[in-house]
Amino acid sequence: MDKPLATGPVAFDLNGVAVTLRPLPGERLSHSLRERLGARDVKVGCDAGDCGACTVLLDGLPVCACLVPAQRAEGRRVETLCGLAEDPVKARLAQTFEAHGAAQCGICTPGMLVSAVALLREVEAPTEAQVADALGGVLCRCTGYRKIVAAVVAAGAGLPGPQAPGPGHVGAAIRRLDGAGKTGGTERFGDDVAPPGALVLRVIRSPHARARFVFGDLAVFVAATPGVAAVLTAADIPGENRFGVIPAFADQPVFAEVETRFRGEAVACVVGEADAMAAFDDTAFPVDWTPLAAAGDPQAAQAEGAPILHPDRAGNVMCTGFVACGDAEVALARADTVVEGRFTTSFVEHAYIEPEAGFAEMQGDRIAVHACTQAPMMDREALALILGRPEADIRIVPTGVGGGFGAKLDLSVQPFLALAAQKTGRPVRLAYSRTESMQSTTKRHPAEMRLRIGATADGKLCGMRFEGEFDTGAYASWGPTVANRVPVHASGPYRVADYRAKARGIHTHNPPSGAFRGFGVPQAAVAQESLFDMLADRLGIDRLDFRILNALTDGVPTVCGQVFEQGVGIRACLEALRPAWARERAVPSTGPRLRGVGVAAGWYGCGNTSLPNPSTFKAALAADGRIVLHQGAMDIGQGATTVIAQIFATALGVDVADIDLVGADTDQTPDGGKTSASRQTFVSGNAARLAGAALRAAILARTNAGEGARIVPEAGGLSVVDGDRVHRLHPASLPPDAEGYVLRVEETYDPPTRPLDENGQGAPYAQFGYAAHLAVVEVDAQMGTVHPIRFVAAHDVGRAVNPLLIEGQVEGGIAQGLGMALMEEYLPGRTENLHDYLIPTFGDMPPVETLIVECPDAHGPYGAKGLGEHVLIPTAPALLNAIADATGVRMTRLPVTPARLRAALREAGL
Amino acid sequence: MGAAYYAPTDLDEALGLLATRTASVVAGGTDWFPARGRTPVTEDMLDITRLAELRGIDRDGAGWRIGAAVTWAEIARADLPSAFDGLKQAAREVGGVQIQNAGTLAGNLCNASPAADGMPPLLTLDAEVELAGLGGRRRLPLCDFVTGPRATARAPGELVVALHVPAQPEGLRGAFVKTGARRYLVISIAMTAVAAGLDEAGRLAHLRVAVGACSPVARRLSALEAAMTGRLPSDVQVSEADLAPLAPIDDVRADAAYRREIVPHQIARALRAACNG
Repeated sequence: MDKPLATGPVAFDLNGVAVTLRPLPGERLSHSLRERLGARDVKVGCDAGDCGACTVLLDGLPVCACLVPAQRAEGRRVETLCGLAEDPVKARLAQTFEAHGAAQCGICTPGMLVSAVALLREVEAPTEAQVADALGGVLCRCTGYRKIVAAVVAAGAGLPGPQAPGPGHVGAAIRRLDGAGKTGGTERFGDDVAPPGALVLRVIRSPHARARFVFGDLAVFVAATPGVAAVLTAADIPGENRFGVIPAFADQPVFAEVETRFRGEAVACVVGEADAMAAFDDTAFPVDWTPLAAAGDPQAAQAEGAPILHPDRAGNVMCTGFVACGDAEVALARADTVVEGRFTTSFVEHAYIEPEAGFAEMQGDRIAVHACTQAPMMDREALALILGRPEADIRIVPTGVGGGFGAKLDLSVQPFLALAAQKTGRPVRLAYSRTESMQSTTKRHPAEMRLRIGATADGKLCGMRFEGEFDTGAYASWGPTVANRVPVHASGPYRVADYRAKARGIHTHNPPSGAFRGFGVPQAAVAQESLFDMLADRLGIDRLDFRILNALTDGVPTVCGQVFEQGVGIRACLEALRPAWARERAVPSTGPRLRGVGVAAGWYGCGNTSLPNPSTFKAALAADGRIVLHQGAMDIGQGATTVIAQIFATALGVDVADIDLVGADTDQTPDGGKTSASRQTFVSGNAARLAGAALRAAILARTNAGEGARIVPEAGGLSVVDGDRVHRLHPASLPPDAEGYVLRVEETYDPPTRPLDENGQGAPYAQFGYAAHLAVVEVDAQMGTVHPIRFVAAHDVGRAVNPLLIEGQVEGGIAQGLGMALMEEYLPGRTENLHDYLIPTFGDMPPVETLIVECPDAHGPYGAKGLGEHVLIPTAPALLNAIADATGVRMTRLPVTPARLRAALREAGL
Repeated sequence: MGAAYYAPTDLDEALGLLATRTASVVAGGTDWFPARGRTPVTEDMLDITRLAELRGIDRDGAGWRIGAAVTWAEIARADLPSAFDGLKQAAREVGGVQIQNAGTLAGNLCNASPAADGMPPLLTLDAEVELAGLGGRRRLPLCDFVTGPRATARAPGELVVALHVPAQPEGLRGAFVKTGARRYLVISIAMTAVAAGLDEAGRLAHLRVAVGACSPVARRLSALEAAMTGRLPSDVQVSEADLAPLAPIDDVRADAAYRREIVPHQIARALRAACNG
């Protein structure tokens, strides 16, 4: 070892196999393992030791492989998740992880499992606290950690965990169908699929929020830089240099031309051989920047003489959403009590542990893009315009998605990859660094909201006004959706007869704000639910009673004038909290910390707002007897694949285990729509239900069986049991189509909505889901720190298709709401990594009690409603209300960092 | 591609390498890699973790010698007297287990972040830093070793080989309090280490207080220590003047006023922990 290792090979034991490699100086062990040794089960989330996804065991000790020089492995033993496949401790953990739903998207699962193996080797039956300490270095953005803690404790205690018996139909808490790949380390995510020898792409980004730029001689640069195959700029785009998820607002260039509009905006990309790109120094790229005055926030963007980001959007106003009913001003004047407030929220980063990644290749004359995405069909449409080619020329093959939460609805790596593959004719890969992921992808809109809400002495709401300004950043993305959704939802799930709400999206020189779990509704709920506590207190009414008194019920119009004759579940959610509310409020503060209890509610319309929103599902009986479901709805960890299969199996009348799932792949699966707006269980679930029913009808017709007949899959075919008659169906004897199918069905569901008029009156959604959370906190007044100690979460899901997955959604959503409330604040240029931008860790999430409420919805499949976004809407206001309950101080700016809370307490004399 | 990776096992060889070329010294890598990001490595690297002399925690006369390649996890697990309790607490709170298994205490000092978790507890232990170069060895008090943010007294050609902690008064107990916006994996907004020992009357016979993340380099609060020695722990009061060595700033984690405000509470809590064990 005294010799320089760079000139010699490095030999070590990887998962029991002797390996040798020649890493470059400075090469990370994570890179060597993944790229030189094929250990793609080692996930890279940050390259900075902040997320722990790349955890491996080095001589038995968990370390972040991204912080280990590859040469340090010389002579040592390295274990990764796949190498632990035969390890009995790991096998037990894999069982309990699946049984508890401890893996959602699965990108953090290898790091979690490897860390847990190290713990269980040392401590046979660890406590919850020991698990948190041992796994605290690994971040998860999906689960809220509690299921992981439970799974590790259960594995230590030798409790394998429940396995729901039976056919796995609607209502069964079955394990997710795609769990084995997640716990086995075999699921392939965006950066795991590129073939060997693929070119590597690097994006050149603006270091300034706003800058004019000029390239040097790019041809000379390419010629002079060994290993570089091509440089792409706006000049290389055959179609339109423009994309956007809402066609009327499409405004974002793939590469900026002349001037950039946010820090991190792409101006060019460099494509080259992997080794050359590993040694590529971005600063060597020939571009000159001239920084220009930028508008850093909506106030600056609306100031006199502010630079206009888009010439057709005067005053930098992107768009305005508006809803009014009754007469808010008259009602407020009539009210016995009026409260008002101003609330501010920050940029929130999605912070999925998988940065955007993928690869593209030519397949004959066509282009295939393999990447993590929430919306394959939308990706295809957008790429067609950019590439100037018909959609049929483009194939999107989604990889596993390591978390999405809204930001993977928009294009990220896809256009760069497709353009580069087309230009070079070779496979090209790209994985964003954590910093470029944070700089360049969408965020939750920062909001500045002013509200006035009135009530009469009997506790009834009497007038509400809402004005919100949302920083939509440099480009529209989903900003119009936020502007439209907020006024529809800002009343909360309450009867407000006199209402006026306006939300404006304002362009700034910030990263584009887009879709993030809730589309602006969580911000509005912060304001409205905070003021509700103030109103209740003024009126001397119990805070929960006040909400119940004003809650929407069946037959009562929403602020859009929409009347639901059934399925309005908010009252049931609030009522479900009564026992916990009484119990927790009765507990006195003991010790130095101040104890507080808060409650808040929320609602969320499932699916697009007053727009068509179909999902189409194809199902078939194959000649070899397989029952095939083409599942095009992206599972980003939330469990769509499992839920949709459960619904389909229920409608068809077979066990979920009998279904063969295909997709997602735009060449194979019809459009399941985007994974967004909490629509997959509701909309795609309905399409799957219709497909299941149609295939059932086709099978029964083929066998002349009655409606009540039982379909029994058998080797090579089916039996249909109809009373005491048994019909055999031999698919092999039927003529197969080109896909090998003998029976096929395709069904579409589009939720019934009606447009909104100029006052926002109409029927924006076919269904809403409802939620109410209770939060218990302890506040350390000296330090200004908030310590949540319990949540009780009541959710009306209509019908619980899979209670295990519901708990997972609720706990994970609460963790995100907690982060938004207490710690998360993206500041361009300042918190562009996961140690300055903080998301909750194992030690920040208290126990969650999930109360599943079922008020069936007439439109939902078997009565089911959407859930994915509802889960975080009440969380932040429940925490703010708990803080106010504990301290008497009302926080109006998020996040409530220790310094901000301390400043407010100081002002209050505490 | 001239860069080379050296991982010598012999200290003289390592020093010889350092004397003849500019090499980047790497121990745990937990600060080294994040600081580089994606910038390609073009200079030689010197991995010091295979140098036997830099390993291990040993008695050194009446004191202790902590090798420069000793990791946080090794500190946390070591059999050390109660004076080291604050250091051990810091070791359990830096990063997560993954960081603690790789990162080194000496590397934390050499990285010279104002928020280095190792600094306050080591300052309360009167630690010294031992440097070695081809020209010989020298020892510096820790407070003279770290000279500013990202700046130390280590000369090119020198390596930190060990930390030395002198003999500690019988019964001295350390404590460490760190405040951040989340539980794990968090950079301190402010942190305080205390080492205290009581006489038979329950009065403070020894008191050392150091505060981190509130000045360019963590500082001992000597005036406070002097003023409070001989008092009952419950009588300890922290005045504005006691905090004179501190110069907190506003950053993304908190403002200066917050830091100034919580430090007295951290001192009180650390003192309670140190005195009540």
